[in-house]
Amino acid sequence: MAEEAVLGFLEKNEEIPDSGKFAEEKGISHDEIVNIIKSLNGFRLVDAQDIKRERWVLTQEGDLYAKYGSPEVQLFLAVPPEGITREELQKTFMSRLPDDIEEKLKSSIYKIGSTQAIKNKWIEMGKSQVSRKVQHVDDRVKDLLIQIQNGEVVGAEDIDALRRRKLINSQIWKGYSVKKGPQYAPKRKKAATDLTRENLQRGDWKEIEFKEYNFLAKGQPTEGGCLHPLLKVRRQIQMIFLQMGFEEMPTNNFVESSFWNFDALFQPQQHPARDSHDTFFLKEPSSTRMLPEDYVERVKRVHESGGYGSRGYGYEWKREEANKNLLRTHTTAVSSRMLYALAQGPFTPKRYYSIDRVFRNEAVDRTHLAEFHQIEGLICDRGLTLGHLIGVLHDFFSRLGMSKLKFKPAYNPYTEPSMEIFSYHEGLQKWVEVGNSGMFRPEMLLPMGLPEDVQVIAWGLSLERPTMILYGVDNIRDLFGHKVDLSLIKRNPICRLGL
Amino acid sequence: MPTVSVGRDRLFQALGRTYTKEEFEDLCFKFGIELDDMTTEKAIIRKEKHLEEEEPPEDEEVIYKIEVPANRYDLLCLEGLVQALRIFNGLDSIPTYNVASISKESMSKMHVKAEVCIAETKRRTLVAIGTHDLDTIEALLNIINSILMYCAELVESAISLTKNFRADELMEFYKSDMKLKKFLHIIENSPVFPVIYDRNRTVLSLPPIINGAHSAISLKTKNVFLECTATDLTKANIVLNTMVTMFSVYCERKFEVEPVEVIYSDGKSYISPDLSLYQMVVPLSYITSAVGVSLPAHEVACLLNKMQLYAKHSVSEKNETSFTIYVPPTRSDILHPCDVAEDVAIAYGYNEIPKAKLPSLKPQSLNQFSDLIRAEIAMVGYTEVLTWILCSYKENFTMLNRKDDKSTAAINGNPRSADFEVVRTSLMPGILKTVGHNKDHPKPIKIFEVGDVVLLDETKDVGASNHRHLGALYCGATSGFEVLDNFDIPDPCSIVEVNIENFL
Repeated sequence: MAEEAVLGFLEKNEEIPDSGKFAEEKGISHDEIVNIIKSLNGFRLVDAQDIKRERWVLTQEGDLYAKYGSPEVQLFLAVPPEGITREELQKTFMSRLPDDIEEKLKSSIYKIGSTQAIKNKWIEMGKSQVSRKVQHVDDRVKDLLIQIQNGEVVGAEDIDALRRRKLINSQIWKGYSVKKGPQYAPKRKKAATDLTRENLQRGDWKEIEFKEYNFLAKGQPTEGGCLHPLLKVRRQIQMIFLQMGFEEMPTNNFVESSFWNFDALFQPQQHPARDSHDTFFLKEPSSTRMLPEDYVERVKRVHESGGYGSRGYGYEWKREEANKNLLRTHTTAVSSRMLYALAQGPFTPKRYYSIDRVFRNEAVDRTHLAEFHQIEGLICDRGLTLGHLIGVLHDFFSRLGMSKLKFKPAYNPYTEPSMEIFSYHEGLQKWVEVGNSGMFRPEMLLPMGLPEDVQVIAWGLSLERPTMILYGVDNIRDLFGHKVDLSLIKRNPICRLGL
Repeated sequence: MPTVSVGRDRLFQALGRTYTKEEFEDLCFKFGIELDDMTTEKAIIRKEKHLEEEEPPEDEEVIYKIEVPANRYDLLCLEGLVQALRIFNGLDSIPTYNVASISKESMSKMHVKAEVCIAETKRRTLVAIGTHDLDTIEALLNIINSILMYCAELVESAISLTKNFRADELMEFYKSDMKLKKFLHIIENSPVFPVIYDRNRTVLSLPPIINGAHSAISLKTKNVFLECTATDLTKANIVLNTMVTMFSVYCERKFEVEPVEVIYSDGKSYISPDLSLYQMVVPLSYITSAVGVSLPAHEVACLLNKMQLYAKHSVSEKNETSFTIYVPPTRSDILHPCDVAEDVAIAYGYNEIPKAKLPSLKPQSLNQFSDLIRAEIAMVGYTEVLTWILCSYKENFTMLNRKDDKSTAAINGNPRSADFEVVRTSLMPGILKTVGHNKDHPKPIKIFEVGDVVLLDETKDVGASNHRHLGALYCGATSGFEVLDNFDIPDPCSIVEVNIENFL
């Protein structure tokens, strides 16, 4: 109704100069008018200008006096021409006060009244007796208050006096003057925020004005699932291996024997890595049930006394040590099983890879865990050289976005030569180690039964490290494990490694 | 990996030049060791005593902590490290270690009585080393596997107290020593302990716990006696050889060692140390095929020299060159010709070896990427559709309120019907038609397609090119913004279509 009033008025008139007056004229509350004006202004149907007026309003006390008269006059009137005792006066005065005023308030009004009456020199208050000093008084205060109530102008001195008695308060009145706006229409068109089935059926979609589409709004969050960041990276690395012609090794066995994990790899039994400091040995099942006995014999001999061109380690090899079960410390244990299996038949060149969980008894910190994923690749063929290993590493790592590589001599019990792989990280501006590699030792390959001219080049790295570098995660437990923030998984982008 | 701490200035002095940090790191990188940490002697002491770390004054001796490979026992001291690096840099030639020629009669003798048994764990448990001032020892030493726990025999205290202890009392006594108590467990529960005495039954050492004060090395020591006690004879010899060769750098007759005869209780004896060179025959072809670089024999020999391996080459009747490698006692890590090949590669420089390419395949990035996107969109709950690439003029243009300006679409010259008139320039017709045929499907309908559209393209040889688009549609009762009366869709839909090639 208010909207109609405003828009309707503006249709025939230039301006609504004062929203307050307008509201009064139309008999609509000013607040309602103000709300409508604001809304119309927002949609630019009208152009509203602020009007501010300061005006005086009566306080509660002022209101009281305007209604019933000021207390000093009431008091004066309660004093008869012959005078009256103070107690009598108080009693009379208070009994004359309207009933809806509280008792406590009544006595304070009495005090105010008497103080004011004395001040005005209307009465004389003796020790016990009160008498009139003048014959007649005007209730100027009441009149002024009524004037103010009516919105009449009142002199500054009087305003001051009333204000000091806390009978009036200044109030800022806000209103508007309103003109037609650029989008003015006699009737407001509501912009639709959505298209509904009913719109289509009714056919009114042809006329509806639609609210402008906000392309910058984020939209509703989508419901759905997402994959884990580490495994997304794993998938891409798998794709890289497949494209490079590598076959996946079956790695679904976490429990491994020391034999396949260490001895078959020519890692001596006193090597510190076989310590319980670094390896998890199993209580149950503690011992491996079965090993290929003739192969075990050959491994024992090569450790103890060498052969195949080697001096061997010259120590006493113990079967019980080899039998000890553990949680595999590297997927190279699987590689040794695969190479042994390959050696049992006529030789064909092979390229194998695996990406799976390994276990190390290491102190857990920002970058180390007791379990992590190892990526391993190996090529088994005749005529492979260190140059081929370097070539393969360049190919593999360039697909991960690392094309600047450097190699450092290293030591692994089962590879010789061994190389640590370093890549130049543009962001950190330094060389970082990205992997380890080497050619498997003849003491490992020949006892398996592989032909003498067959070489195996291999390399390994962890899955976690490149993932952390790629996604800027500096604490591995933020990425992997149960202490992960689910929203990190949800907002992790598509992994584009290898594309 | 084991680390060795060496004073930086002493190291550089011994190497004959100073290096900047980068230069030294570079040298370490090429050789296969790593500068792990830099600290000062006083900082180490402070750390040990758990004192406050203050800013070290400039004049404190800088200590380099260098990580060395676990199989290089010869690099575990300044002398060995310096020797290896100097030879690597071509400053020194390979030393020849000699055992002094002394007649057996005048040799010092060491009797080993009965077997030693020590529990097997690490740290001093494999090998325990003792260094002694030779002049304090009256030769004819004895190791007695003795001191039965409850025997009344007394052992002279191995520290400078004059009290005599029984074996079990000694163990108790050492329990209070911070440094020694961690080694007690090695022999604690054994019924017998190894003890080394001289002829006068002066205790020289109680391996693996402590060496005697009587024969401790002092600044006045002129002659050094070295002994190793171990559970593994091979390891003992390796360690002894390493110790002996390193000490021999300082000998009056450089690199000369005086031998000792070791006599076992069963009468067997041998001369120790055995500094003989291990000989290995390695064909040149083996080396070059492992490294992957074709090198002439003299260059290989030269490279091996840098790695402390003296190589003498010879040619067989079949014209095959091979080397006889003389492996010094300091290189116990050389087990097989592959170790020799690695040393050649290191001396040559790993980063100088040219990379040999092996066949491999490259992916089609756009297709791989499309698959990744398809998976992501499906995971958000959209169903994939696969629609026709051919459609009618009307579907491709008019019904989408698009004008055919004749410069966008590839036109089919002999379509069998209107359905094959045009090659789609957008995924929209197909997707919208799908919704039109699934009016009764429960709402909301969420579908997508990733596929090619064809646009005319003057830059291409044939005049047209494919573009990979992703189109997705949401159709529900109350959402959407496309009005699609044309496709007979009763419900509002919103659609998005993007060219995903831009993301690559």
